[in-house]
Amino acid sequence: MTNRQTDIQHHISDDLLDAYRTGTLPHAFSVVVAAHISLCDECRARHEARDMIGGALLAGAGTAAISNGARDRIMVALETPPPPPAPRGSGVFPAPVMAELGGRPPRWRMLGGGIRQQILSADHEGSLRLLYIPPGKAVPEHGHRGLELTLVLQGSFADSEGAFRRGDVETAHDDIDHQPVAGPGEPCICLAATDAPLRFHAMLPSLLQPIFRI
Amino acid sequence: MTKELSDLSRDLIAVRDLRDREAFGRLFDYFAPRLKAQLLRSGLRDGSAEDVVQDVMLAVWHKAAQFDPHRADAAGWIYGIARNRRIDLARRKPLSQPEEMPDLPSVEPDAGQVLALQQEAEHLAAALARLTPEQAEALRAAYFDEIPHSRISEMTGLPLGTIKSRIRLGLDRLRHELRSIAP
Repeated sequence: MTNRQTDIQHHISDDLLDAYRTGTLPHAFSVVVAAHISLCDECRARHEARDMIGGALLAGAGTAAISNGARDRIMVALETPPPPPAPRGSGVFPAPVMAELGGRPPRWRMLGGGIRQQILSADHEGSLRLLYIPPGKAVPEHGHRGLELTLVLQGSFADSEGAFRRGDVETAHDDIDHQPVAGPGEPCICLAATDAPLRFHAMLPSLLQPIFRI
Repeated sequence: MTKELSDLSRDLIAVRDLRDREAFGRLFDYFAPRLKAQLLRSGLRDGSAEDVVQDVMLAVWHKAAQFDPHRADAAGWIYGIARNRRIDLARRKPLSQPEEMPDLPSVEPDAGQVLALQQEAEHLAAALARLTPEQAEALRAAYFDEIPHSRISEMTGLPLGTIKSRIRLGLDRLRHELRSIAP
């Protein structure tokens, strides 16, 4: 079980929460939403409140006859062993991140300047990665072609949009051209999801993008 | 404390704590026909809908340890399980799930909070009935039929902004009404 946070300032939007709930959000973003809910009691409550609405509507909704024997079948099925338990969180990584890591600690790749990353998933819908940024280091300046969600798991970073600590999510659209800098103290570890490759400016030639798979 | 709970929540707690099969049978009798009707409305055929209902109710049995009457009533909690099951049927990868809350038996129930939640759940239905028809339809589409906002806009021919604002206004209204019953 990872610690939940009580002082989260930057949450997921209603639109993202609703898209997560309908299953239409790309996988990379769904993991960020699930990880944020794992850390944020307020957003867990927002999520559960929507299920309460569904439950209230279910109570008042129509019924369809269940076939003969279905009840007997399920009473027999209760004897089947339960599915294996869901993965637990470990250290700074909440359960949904541990699930993406396959239950193992991250295997970092060096990106230069002390910055490390591990790609967790990448496909045509987007990419999901863990980033490790030493204190005071800047993530190379970049713009986006789409949406980027960044959830802080350890330490902090700050950019033109504000300061982000454990549990905070930055939602950056393609109009933001920001330069996050890791705060002092612990290295900043964050979970970042994009639906398009990032465009790096001066520091890294764009040629390198496919190699880094950012 | 349990005498103030709804019958359904009490049955779910009996399943959770006592593995009570009769209580489970009552939950099945109540929820299975409702879940099946919902699945049929979403376009599933009869046999598939029943298979999904069986999956959902079996998950209720296996996951009952996670039911927390401080946080949800039985209908809301079971609805959440059914929603996840429906989504996973349509997805290539199962939907990433939030970490489960710590196991409950170690936590002493707070009767006041459990009761307040039950009252909220009861008032929620009444508050839903007092929404404008437009807001009620928008909330039903978003949080019962679980249709993405963009698809609701296509289906109704209304602009996306209109759909989003009806959902927000409906939620604001519910929040306001539930706050007014808070002790």
